[in-house]
This record gives sequence, C-alpha cells and structure tokens, in this order.
Amino acid sequence: MAIEIDDHQQPSVELSKVAVSETHGEDSPYFAGWKAYDEDPYHELNNPLGVIQMGLAENQVSFDLLEEYLEKHSEASSWGKGASGFRENALFQDYHGLKSFRKAMASFMEQIRGGRVKFDPERIVLTAGATAANELLTFILADPSDALLVPTPYYPGFDRDLRWRTGVKIVPIHCESSNNFQITPEALEAAYSNAEAMNIKVRGVLITNPSNPLGATIQRSVLEEIFDFVTRKNIHLVSDEIYSGSVFSPTEFVSVAEILEARKFKDSERVHIVYSLSKDLGLPGFRVGTIYSYNDKVVTTARRMSSFTLISSQTQHLLASMLSNKAFTENYIKINRERLRKRYEMIIEGLRSAGIECLKGNAGLFCWMNLSPLLDEPTREGELALWNSMLHEVKLNISPGSSCHCSEPGWFRVCFANMSELTLQVALKRIHIFMEQLRSSTLASNQDYSGCRFLVLQVARQPI
Amino acid sequence: MRQLSTKATCNSHGQDSSYFLGWQEYEKNPYDEVRNPKGIIQMGLAENQLSFDLLESWLTENPDAAGFKRGGESIFRELALFQDYHGLPDFKKALVEFMAETRGNKVSFNPNHLVLTAGATSANETLMFCLAEAGEAFLLPTPYYPGFDRDLKWRTGVEIVPIHCTSSNDFQITESALEEAYQEAHKRNLRVKGVLVTNPSNPLGTTMSRSELNLLINFITAKNIHLISDEIYSGTVFRSPGFVSVMEVLKDRNCDNTQVWNRVHIVYSLSKDLGLPGFRVGAIYSNDEMVVAAATKMSSFGLVSSQTQYLLSALLSDKKFTKNYLSENQKRLEQRHKMLVRGLRKAGISCLESNAGLFCWVDMRHLLRSNTFDAEMDLWKKIVYAVGLNISPGHSCHCAEPGWFRVCFANMSEKTLNLAMQRLKAFVVDSTAKLNNHHSSKNSKRKSSPKWVFRLLSRDCHRDRESDER
Repeated sequence: MAIEIDDHQQPSVELSKVAVSETHGEDSPYFAGWKAYDEDPYHELNNPLGVIQMGLAENQVSFDLLEEYLEKHSEASSWGKGASGFRENALFQDYHGLKSFRKAMASFMEQIRGGRVKFDPERIVLTAGATAANELLTFILADPSDALLVPTPYYPGFDRDLRWRTGVKIVPIHCESSNNFQITPEALEAAYSNAEAMNIKVRGVLITNPSNPLGATIQRSVLEEIFDFVTRKNIHLVSDEIYSGSVFSPTEFVSVAEILEARKFKDSERVHIVYSLSKDLGLPGFRVGTIYSYNDKVVTTARRMSSFTLISSQTQHLLASMLSNKAFTENYIKINRERLRKRYEMIIEGLRSAGIECLKGNAGLFCWMNLSPLLDEPTREGELALWNSMLHEVKLNISPGSSCHCSEPGWFRVCFANMSELTLQVALKRIHIFMEQLRSSTLASNQDYSGCRFLVLQVARQPI
Repeated sequence: MRQLSTKATCNSHGQDSSYFLGWQEYEKNPYDEVRNPKGIIQMGLAENQLSFDLLESWLTENPDAAGFKRGGESIFRELALFQDYHGLPDFKKALVEFMAETRGNKVSFNPNHLVLTAGATSANETLMFCLAEAGEAFLLPTPYYPGFDRDLKWRTGVEIVPIHCTSSNDFQITESALEEAYQEAHKRNLRVKGVLVTNPSNPLGTTMSRSELNLLINFITAKNIHLISDEIYSGTVFRSPGFVSVMEVLKDRNCDNTQVWNRVHIVYSLSKDLGLPGFRVGAIYSNDEMVVAAATKMSSFGLVSSQTQYLLSALLSDKKFTKNYLSENQKRLEQRHKMLVRGLRKAGISCLESNAGLFCWVDMRHLLRSNTFDAEMDLWKKIVYAVGLNISPGHSCHCAEPGWFRVCFANMSEKTLNLAMQRLKAFVVDSTAKLNNHHSSKNSKRKSSPKWVFRLLSRDCHRDRESDER
C-alpha cells in the first residue's frame, strides 16, 4: 500500500520561527566588529597594522597564576593512579554537580565578597556558562511574552540569552550620564509603567553588578532601592555578578547577598545570583556558570533544567581542586585585582592624555568611554559612523553604545584585559594620533576621518 | 505574581514517573558486594562500564591530552579562552571520523555540518527548538527512552505522538502504525513536523532494518517532514545484522542533495559508546545549512568544555586506539549480553532478540497476574523490593503492551550480574510454586497479603535524582 501524499501540509517544511528569527542578534554591529577583526587581526610581528580587538571582554592578565597552579598540582588535571578516579569522574553526570566543586565554588564566591556573606553549596546550581544560567532563570521566572526589566546600557548578549528561545521580552530601565548611569527609583517606575502600558507582565529585574559595559559597581543605596522596588512590585531580582572578582579594590563591591543578610533574609526568595568563572578566572572555554537562588523551588527546578547544560565532570574535577585551595584563591583574587587596576589606570591615563574622558569605573575588564563630543550628529547614526571609522581607519574594534542599548549616543565600551600591555599601548597611541588629527586643521570640516588611517598606521610602525 | 513560570510549575520534567522512582529506591538501599550484599542492584542505568581500562591505559600513555599540552608545550591559555561555538576543529574532525568508523566507513561526514552540544540531551532539545513550534508534534515509535518526554517537550512546548509498535512483529515500525500516528496527531489538531527514532533502539536494543529505514524515508518524503535519527548507541552494535545508518540508506537511494536529504538529522554522543556521560559530549549532524547555523548559535547555551574537547580530540584522532576500542568494546558487550540472556532463560524468561545497546528488552508477560499495566506495576514493585533489582517497566517507556521490562547489563561487574540472575531465578521459582499451590488448593483459605505489599503502599519518596541516564 503506497503512502498517500498529504494534501493538508504546506509545500515546504519550514524551520521553527525561533530558528529563523534574528533574535540571536548576530547581525548587529557588535558582531560585525568581530568579523572585521577576524579578517585582519593585529599581531605584534606578523600583522602590526591589523585590527586590535578591544571588543572582547576577556581576562588574560592572570593566566600565569593558573598555569603555575596546574604545574604544581597535576592531580587537578589527571585522575590519580587508582582505577576508580577516572571511571567515577567519567560516569558522573548527576545534575546536583560534584559536591566538592559546589563547596569550592561557594567558598570562592565568599572570598570574593571578603567573607561578608555565606553561600550554601546546596543552593548552587551548575550550568555550562552564565549564558546558560541567564536563559535558564528566564525560563523559570517568566512565561513567553512576559518581560524582564534591564537597566541600559546592558551586555548585548542579553538580547539573545534572555529572549531568543524563551519568548520573554526585555523592557529597558533607562539610565543617563547625568548621574553616571546609575539606576534610579524613577527610572525603575518608568520602565514598569511602560511595560504596563504595553500590556506586558513584568516578572523581574535583571541587573549586572559590577556593570557591563559601565565597568562600575552598583552602590549599596541603589541596591537597597532596587530590592525595595522588586519587593513592592512582588517580582524577582536577578543579579548577574560575573565580574564580582574583577573589582579593583577589595572593599568597593556590595553584592545583593549582603543586602539580604543585613535584612535577615526577609523577602529573599525573590533573589537569584548568577556567577561564572569566565571573567574572574579567564576561563570562558571551560563553560562554568552557576545560579545561586534563595528560592527552594527555583533551586530544584533549575537543577532539573540544568540537565540541558551540565558542566563537564572533567572540568568540575579540575576546578574543585583549584578553588578549594584557599591559599591559591586568596592569592589569585588579590593579584588579579591589582593587575586589572593597573591596566585600568593605564588606559584611563592614555585616553585622558588623548583628550578622552571615561566614566569613573572601579571594576570589570573594560572602560566606558565618552566620545560624544566627536559625533557628527548626536544620533545613533552619528555614533555608528564614528564606530565605523574607529574600526576601519584607526583599526580598533570597540563596542558602540547603541549595541548596548544606551539611550545616549557617543559612548563606547573599550576592553583592556584581553591583550598584552604592549598592544594596549599601541592601541592608545593610535587613538592619540587620531585625536590629534581631529583637533588639527588638516581634516575637512565635515569630519572625514579617512585621512587618519595613513597617519595612524605610520605611527604604528614606530617603536613605542 | 511572584510565582514561577508555567514551565517551572508543570510536571513535564517527568521526574514523578516510576522510572525515577526505581532510582530513588535504589539510592536508599544500593547493593554493595561487601557493605550491602542484600541491597538493590541497579539494572535501570544504561551506562557502559565495560571498557574503562582501555581508556585509562590510553590516558596513561598520552598524558599531554589531559595535561593541556600539545607536543609537550602548554596550550592551557589557548584552551581556556576557546569558546567558539563552531567547536575545536581538530575535535570535530576526529569525531566525524569516529562516527564514520562506527558505520563501517560506508558514509562520511563533513565536520562543518556537525554542531557540538553538552550531551545528546541538549542536542535533542535544540533540534526541537529548531524544527518545531510550541504546540507542534513529533512522532516517536514506542517503546521509547523515558527522558524524551522531558528533553523534547518541557521547555519547547512540542508534543510527542506515539507510533505504536507491538511484539507481534518484534516492535518494528510499520506503515500502518506511522499512518495511524499521523492521523492521531491530526485528530488532536497537532501539526506534525517530523519523526524521531532511536537507532539502535533504546529500550529494544535492536538495530533498524533497511526496510524500516526505507519506510521512514518514504513516509517523511510523502508528508514533507523531518526525520531525526538518534544514533547514540551506534558504537554498541555487537552482533549481526550490523548497524545501518539512515545516511547510508539515503546515499543508496541517491538522495544526496535532494530535499529529503536536508530533512534528515542525526544525533550522536560519547556517553554510551565511550562510557563518558559525565563529559557532556553530544552532537547534531545535519545536511541542512540553516539547521546547522541555527543549532550552532543555540549551542551557546550548552557548549562542550574546551578542556574536554581537547582531550577527546587527541583520543579519537588515535586511529589505532579507536579501532581497537570499538572491536574490544563490542566483544565485551556481546559477552555480557549472552550472560544476561542465558541467566534469564534459566529463570524461564525470554527477551527480544537483540544485537546492540547496553540492555535487553525482557518479556515478563507470563509473570503478570493479568494483562494490564496495573499488574505490570505490581510485578515491577515486587522485583524492586522483594527481588532487589531496579529494572525499567515498559509503561515508563510508553510501551503499548504490558509485561515488558528493560534490563541493563553493562553497568555492573560480571559477579553482580550473576547474582542478579540468581535472585531473579529464585523469585520466578518461588512465584511459580506459589501459583501452583494456589491452583491446586482452590478451597484453601485466602492467604494474607505478603508484607511487601504494605511496604509498597507508602510511596512517599520525593528525593530528587539525576535523570540523564538512558
């Protein structure tokens, strides 16, 4: 019996709407910059005129400390002589995660916060990176077409991570340079009302603290206000604290966990913290993220959902060893902080001497640079034109504020920890020359930047 | 309003089913040769523990692979930073070559069409997100892996409509079963986007025949839908007939680069063949570039650790090792399979004739007090509590006929397997004796229910349990 051709079906079988949508966001300039870099990457010897990557928030300043640890502790990357070590590890796929690793992670998170809070390893849920953690929390806290409120400017990846497969919306909490982009109660209320006006149900607020792209910690008083706000509205609060170990001074970071402890955990079941080792330890390739929730149901559900995104047991084993070594972690946290601070001071000074101001920052792997005075027109188009020139003429890939949904044009995120000091200096030199050219009268009044390239690259040939 | 999403509060994670219950009981009272010889023996876990020694000796001989070194030089930094969702090129190359090897090199795969995911669990869910909308359906032949209810449906909102297979033809897929399933979906107002099969089958342990594969290809061509072939057990085929991948059949039919070619997608993983479920290594293979592109971006939510990619790229690039591993592993699986079948036969129990997998599909219909799923559940409870074996009841696999159970054989030592068989035999003998006594003394007083019945009635177990084992 032949199988009948079905008349009811459409002629071609499409993929899902999710698959063909553009919510993955990869057509934005944020990613276009990477492309340009990939096609012409800077190399000190082999390609000194190439594009310097300053759009990648990676921490490359402390690898020596990690490598030294591994040299001294081969047991972390092997399984010992006994037969059971490898077997047990290879078979371990329990979504609770390796207990020793969860304990080490909890203790590491406590150390980063100067021991001011305690974390219970039983509340730690492991995921393959913070990317997965944020998406997972969104699946758990919101239904499709609900919204999360997110302060601008924010990490471009959130557009994909929070919205793509979940169907959840982002409603921005607009922040402005007039008060250093801090979140205000008015802005929170405005965002909430905005959502209401669009008939969208708000399920929570998601903040990044320290902030990406601002490179600054959120002040204690602001955190209190945010917490009061979510309590009043009876919604959730997700605090993405993946840069918490990258605060330049040990005392300037206040975690939402501290606010909760001070309030004796009243109303804490609405709070969830996201963490990862991608920034503080510089290990994005290992895919290590966590959700710490004060809500039992969220912990249980997140744990089950983590089946879709478990951390390799081989990697858990490695990091359990490393992070339970308190001498190592204390030393690492301290030195990493100092090195990042030094880099930050180097770039700020370099930019300042070129006549460029940045937002006062105290954390992260980047600074938030203000180029609004240079804009042809104070619009997104003006910003993109400038960005384009930075990319193609000055050969620096930096991230335009519009890709971070900044409400004011002219701000750019510039990374400083993903290259050597030498390369950073080359980048600063190029910016210097560029700014000099702009100020000098050799440029046409319509601010045609294309003449800069020749000069910038001339300079690049000279020794620093 | 502070409550959680619908997804968080529903039961689609499936963890309240009997499949997971058995595990919970096992966890409370696990067998240990020395410390707990009367405990429950875990036979519900489809793990391959037979060939670790081969992996361990390779690791000892090749310390660079786990030590972040290449040719003695440290590549730690490079790996630590590598988060490109296209995956480590060397690893993808080694993986596709391994996949070809397990298919007797009758097909070859292009590494650019392979997407790496954190396990097949992630691969299957990702494919659902790519191929179907919430409220659409995929057809799955029964019995099927219980985890699919969670993996395919939970966060995606996709529905599963069963293709009922029966023992009358050894649970093979038939044209009429396919059509019936399709019509059933239509009746439920569900648009069918594809068929998902597991080949070799879990829980049957059999490979699909060429005629079944041809049937499937005809069906998806006619209905203009997708076919996902989950081939995670492809390296566990230990006897003839050998493994025939759907790709091979497509090639034989000269379907390369036709429309249907683009609608067939393979899922793979190293959790079963290599026994590495902890390392979370899964993959999607598709000939459709759009699917590859979308799945690649989605894999951001579940990338494979670069540390692990590097280790396995070294392992799988060693062709001497892979050749030896595959053949040795198959030999050991065959031997274990024989042991289980023999042991069952001694207990008067037969199973579906099988040639693959880490388990047998066991026929206990003759031990049911009635041909019902209630009776199957009663029997299952007896076997868990009184006999002390955690096996998986067919109902949890959506089997259409009561009385079938999946029994794993590769996740324990030979000694333990023997003990399990002895216990089973004793139970059957005892049950048969009781049954005979009952029949021969029709006028005897009714016996009081054995103690275990009362124990079973309190099912207050809510301990969570990892559920990625198949």
